[in-house]
Amino acid sequence: MTHLRTLGLTLGFALAACAPESENLDQTGSDPVLPEQADSLLPAMNIATPDGWGDDLPTVPAGFTITAIAEDLKIPRQTIILPNGDILVAEGSGGNAPKLRPKDIIAGLIKSQGKSPVKGGDRITLLRDEDGDGQTDLQTVFIDGLDAPYGLALIGSDLYVANQDDLVRFPYVEGATKIDSPGEKVTELPARINHHWTKAMTASPDGSRLYVGIGSNSNVGERGMAVEEDRAVIWEIDPETGRSRIFASGVRNPTDLAFNPWTNALWAVANERDELGPELVPDYLTSVQDGGFYGWPYSYWGQNVDPRIRPQRPDLVRRAIVPDYALGSHVAALGLTFVTDGGFGGRFAEGAFIGQHGSWNRSDFAGYNVVFVPFRNGRPAGDPVEFVSGFIEDGHARGRPVGVTFDAERNALLVADDVSNTVWRVAPSNPRPSLALSENRAQKTE
Amino acid sequence: MQSILLAFPVALFPAALLSDIAYLNTAEIQWSNFSSWLIAGADVFTGLLLASALLSLFFGKFRGRGRGLVCTVLVAVLFVAGVLNAFQHAKDGWHSVGTFGLVLSIACAVIAILIAIIAHWRTSHREQRS
Repeated sequence: MTHLRTLGLTLGFALAACAPESENLDQTGSDPVLPEQADSLLPAMNIATPDGWGDDLPTVPAGFTITAIAEDLKIPRQTIILPNGDILVAEGSGGNAPKLRPKDIIAGLIKSQGKSPVKGGDRITLLRDEDGDGQTDLQTVFIDGLDAPYGLALIGSDLYVANQDDLVRFPYVEGATKIDSPGEKVTELPARINHHWTKAMTASPDGSRLYVGIGSNSNVGERGMAVEEDRAVIWEIDPETGRSRIFASGVRNPTDLAFNPWTNALWAVANERDELGPELVPDYLTSVQDGGFYGWPYSYWGQNVDPRIRPQRPDLVRRAIVPDYALGSHVAALGLTFVTDGGFGGRFAEGAFIGQHGSWNRSDFAGYNVVFVPFRNGRPAGDPVEFVSGFIEDGHARGRPVGVTFDAERNALLVADDVSNTVWRVAPSNPRPSLALSENRAQKTE
Repeated sequence: MQSILLAFPVALFPAALLSDIAYLNTAEIQWSNFSSWLIAGADVFTGLLLASALLSLFFGKFRGRGRGLVCTVLVAVLFVAGVLNAFQHAKDGWHSVGTFGLVLSIACAVIAILIAIIAHWRTSHREQRS
């Protein structure tokens, strides 16, 4: 029996010792510390199982107030604000990747522990605040019968919805609370397997082009590169004709896109690869260059070669672009919104809010918050500031942030949360004139 | 019963070794997927065989002048190596096999065949005696 116990202990110890620990490296900013690749038998894992909020609320800086403006949603992901102030919330869960290995079954079971048990709504919900008090007076299903909608964009009177398999256009009339028409298909979107199914979308400022993020069909090409055609790319689509072209490639999972209001360039947040260690590879925020290649799957953060993909492509690795700004490894950035019109003022006057969902592939929790990346002259400048937090308590996730949208007109930030199935609204506690005062208070309390 | 259970690792581990070699030669990921399933199947039956062998050892059914013990230890080693190999093959891409995976696959194939030879030699020995 002692032999057996020794054997069991040795095996357990060997496996546990293989799962590497985080060293709390500085992995934000333009020059993140990149450790050696950890080739461990078991990846570092920690799943935050869901738990309710009770009477608690997420934590926001002093001088700000957070409220739930929509509850009981069905997996809310991304939001947009319509010209009349109505909010649209895309709800759904996609992906139909076949289980190719025993690992896929086991990993699927483990990861599902961290998700809401609610079935995705495959719909868009409208939230209306009729009296301008920041509270929702009307919550109603706006468009039903969609297929895992994620990206939303309004160009003039055309509402574009990026389902997990196609791009659909709906006619929008200001003030409408429901669209019954089936919509008109603009183009198919790459949908085979859909390992990373989300189709993030944004429109160019002049409304002439749509940009759609199409994530890879694997972690690092382990389903073979044949299924990666038109994956890990950002498409540029002509909304009139539906014609598309690859705008940028090698972006493993571009989970949200937005136009930088100071430079009018396309920016994206992207999720990088797993299983190289708890502190590889940092997810990032970057400007997206036309024709740019960002490394996946052959390399990461520029020319750091990933040995797991064969045959290798040194020709592509050579021209891989280093992203602009690292957000940290496995933070799972899923939402991006730039502030406009002076933002919340003070240190939140110029920059971008980023919703970070958090991931399984670390022993410590990373992400599970909304951060603000300050910008100067249209470029990131400085460390990220945690803006909404408190999602993790006692190892449980009370929520996980996804899409973020800054509402300049009403001076508020919306955060979709796909575990508590809530949309949160963060706004200054006092109206604008006293903002400078509350800003000082916020700094003092830190 | 034990010979039926033993038939699976004897067939599946060497098959996994062959598909590993095919993967390393072609970088065609489906070979590595085959290996994953072959190893998983082999592990299940090796685990059952180990349980059965331990039971036999303690309840005296596994006879053969200490050879039962040798077989049981080898089955235990095979099980551990097989489980490690399953984890190795759960990695992505080239690392699903790599040097360590190939070494483990060779070890598993050799040990499985060795167990079969020892077990079979014992049976034929007994047949000769009777």
